[in-house]
Amino acid sequence: MTTGTRRPRIAVHKFSSCDGCQLAFLNLGEPLLALAEAVDILHFAEAGPVDEEAEVDIAFVEGSVATSQDAARLHGIRQRSRYLVTIGACATAGGIQALRNLHDADEWVSGVYAQPEHIDLLADSTPIAESVKVDLELWGCPVSGEQVLGATKSLLAGHLPRVDHSAVCMECKRQQAVCVMVAKGQPCMGPVTSTGCGAICPRWQRDCYACYGPAVQANVSALASHLADTGMPADEVARRLLFINGHAEPFQSEGLDWQARVITRQGREEEQG
Amino acid sequence: MTSPLVPHEAEVVGRRDETPDMFSLQLRFTDPEVQAAYRFTMGQFNMLCLPGMGEVPISIVSDPDERAMIDHTIRKVGSVTRNLGRLEVGDRLGLRGPYGRGWPTEEAEGTDLVIVTGGLGCAPSVSLIEYVLHRRGRYGRMHIIQGVKHSNDLIWRDRYAAWRRHPDVEVYLTADTGDTFWPWHTGPVTQFFERIDFDSARCSVFICGPEGMMRAVIKAMREREVPEERIWLSMERNMHCAIGSCGRCQLGPKFVCRDGPVFTCRELAPYLSHRGV
Amino acid sequence: MKVRHFLARERLQSLLDRLVEAGYEVIGPRVRDHAILFEPLTTVAQLPVGIIDDQAPGHYRLERTDSGRVFDWATGPQAIKPLTFAPRETLWRSERQPDGRLVFREQPPEAQPTAVIGVRACDLAALAVHDRHFLHDAHPDPLYRERRQNLFLVAVNCMRSAATCFCTATGDGPRAQHGFDLALSELDDGFVVEAHTQEGQAILDTLETTLASHDQLEQVEAGVERATRQQKRGLPDASLPEMLQAAVDHPHWQSLNDRCLTCGNCTAVCPTCFCQTHVDELSLDGQTASHGRQWGSCFDPDHSYIHGTVIRAERPQRYRQWLTHKFGTWVEQYGRSGCVGCGRCIAWCPVGIDVTEELAALAVAPDDALSKAPGDAPPKAPDGEDPP
Repeated sequence: MTTGTRRPRIAVHKFSSCDGCQLAFLNLGEPLLALAEAVDILHFAEAGPVDEEAEVDIAFVEGSVATSQDAARLHGIRQRSRYLVTIGACATAGGIQALRNLHDADEWVSGVYAQPEHIDLLADSTPIAESVKVDLELWGCPVSGEQVLGATKSLLAGHLPRVDHSAVCMECKRQQAVCVMVAKGQPCMGPVTSTGCGAICPRWQRDCYACYGPAVQANVSALASHLADTGMPADEVARRLLFINGHAEPFQSEGLDWQARVITRQGREEEQG
Repeated sequence: MTSPLVPHEAEVVGRRDETPDMFSLQLRFTDPEVQAAYRFTMGQFNMLCLPGMGEVPISIVSDPDERAMIDHTIRKVGSVTRNLGRLEVGDRLGLRGPYGRGWPTEEAEGTDLVIVTGGLGCAPSVSLIEYVLHRRGRYGRMHIIQGVKHSNDLIWRDRYAAWRRHPDVEVYLTADTGDTFWPWHTGPVTQFFERIDFDSARCSVFICGPEGMMRAVIKAMREREVPEERIWLSMERNMHCAIGSCGRCQLGPKFVCRDGPVFTCRELAPYLSHRGV
Repeated sequence: MKVRHFLARERLQSLLDRLVEAGYEVIGPRVRDHAILFEPLTTVAQLPVGIIDDQAPGHYRLERTDSGRVFDWATGPQAIKPLTFAPRETLWRSERQPDGRLVFREQPPEAQPTAVIGVRACDLAALAVHDRHFLHDAHPDPLYRERRQNLFLVAVNCMRSAATCFCTATGDGPRAQHGFDLALSELDDGFVVEAHTQEGQAILDTLETTLASHDQLEQVEAGVERATRQQKRGLPDASLPEMLQAAVDHPHWQSLNDRCLTCGNCTAVCPTCFCQTHVDELSLDGQTASHGRQWGSCFDPDHSYIHGTVIRAERPQRYRQWLTHKFGTWVEQYGRSGCVGCGRCIAWCPVGIDVTEELAALAVAPDDALSKAPGDAPPKAPDGEDPP
């Protein structure tokens, strides 16, 4: 990275999110201290420094665009940053809050809040890349601190890192984790989910729930059909897909397709019944 | 036992921009013993390494008799090649090689040469042409056929102009799309094959470029009754190891890095006719 | 003919003890996370007593039986591949000196003597295939070689096959044929043991055994025969390299598009798959770096990526590559098929795609001569240029 003689600067910005990705960054521990030695961290609210207007070499963005002020703030960040890197499911795919994109969000808000008029909410929660150019997207709920660190090293050296988006299964096997789908019959999303997490869930004997988003060329329809064929009700298949990364394709189309089957079936049952 | 996968340090001793996205690097191993022991043949390649970024296979374009340095012409297509493009004289990088089987320069001696190149990947054939011109007496007539998508894509125009002044060398240039000032031909490279004059029974055809073009040239050469074992192709595949271990460059039963990158048409014919093989 | 001995069940621990005394770390089958895995073993009590495996396409379950046998399971999710071909390892490190010079340092091969108990005939056949791949003349792999040379292998002849096993069809089992130091055949009250190497004989000589009786040897024969009979899966009765070459345009490939997840599980559990991805890592200050490799897969589009293009861009093309390589082009490369009949790719495919069924379907000539090959492009431009 051409930064002249000054130290590279980084910022970590927050949009609609739970702060979990900032925490994943913070939880790096010692490597984070080493990073702080090598760069100037100008804005990272969860860690202390606050200077949202700072011009930086790398801006990490957590969270989705979900309120009326978000877009303008985001454009400012884009203008003041050499590289913009989204971290986590919210920033990269709209996050769990993008579930409202498929529903009547106003109705939800009035159901939850006594004075819904004070809630500033866009109809949709959208990924950062739908508003500004993004140089690199790192997925996950939360993002992997190691992946963020690895990307930082590459960007500091002046090149965009290659992010592996092959299926979680490969990482499971490299880690010698036993397949929970084959050995326990769990409805694991690993075969269609991008690696990056280090196969944490299967290594702890639970099924992957796709928090790292779709793997490259994921055959989501084949997995969904298999889950249904092996006894999962259609509405549950839909929920497996329309979850943390439900706004990301092909999860969304496939999920809506399975949701439609439920609605069609319910409609038929009502007609008959 | 030394791992064949560990690069040696090399130094950039010269660099030249060829086009906005192509450049040439002259490299030399910093260990004089390694440099002295280094031998290669035309069409072989090296792995160039920027530590922490990656390695890329790049054809060697210098003359094998040039022992002081090793030349590569590189197109900026990815992260590593773009960063190689930022190297300056005196910079260090990793280098290992040479790998693979190159052009059959000895076997082709005494025959007419037909060198067909498509697209931008012409560095390996350009160096082959220079090699032949420096040993002109050993070879028969030479036909150089170069196709590009758009006339703007043709680089090294001065070299083509210089080549056609040699006796017994014919140069045919064609573009799929030519601009107003394009003085050469438009259309496919195969348009020349009926009229060019070479001895089908005693010729060597070298092809380098997109596989679609290769298929078309092979078809045309078969029509001229050129034997399959007299047609050579320089293939490109993804490579990580260059020694036939990582498995990424497989084309049918062949490891392109080890068994190629230059193959006879006979070796590859069963695998070239299908996409996604 | 080798002299065969009988080791009483209660003396099995002495085999472990002698191996430990001889300096080996002992690895053996243990139940972990609902499967049989090769893990460090200190006592025979850790062995899977009475455990058998119920396997089917996309299905693996362990079951407990009353038997006192410890090797009645057929296969776990991995052969011994991870012990020789590491799932992830560093190949070299580099350091940039203050004056700009680069120093490359090879990762020195390190391996401790390791004895593996319970290796099956299919696993040994696969190891021999990997030996041919990793130890070929031109560029033998130092990391693989070091680990390989440090292995002491105790084979177990299979007395029971899982439903996914088809080693009789590939000619690799159920009896271990080569490449081991000791072989065990398990009977109810103990093990018939034979040594195939000097190292194996040296260990055997230290064990308190009797000569195997005629009856015991007959029980072994009957057990191996039973395991053979239990295998129902097979391979097409044809030369598979030729059949697959002829089937390159077979319409059946396209059906994989609706089934295959291209997750790569089959390649990761296959004991002969050797593909790798090389990965680079940089330090924060950019001055030191490391270069490593990890298990890769031909199901990953990145595997065939070359400047802007994925050569096997479509899912059926990647399945075709895997199957055609494994059963077809492998023969030209290594003198034999890449399949040893262990059946892992069948059991551990999350959606239960069965190679034996796919091969059977491909062996049937397509009726429809006009069918398209996977991803075959529309008619080419006149000059045959690849479309952009």
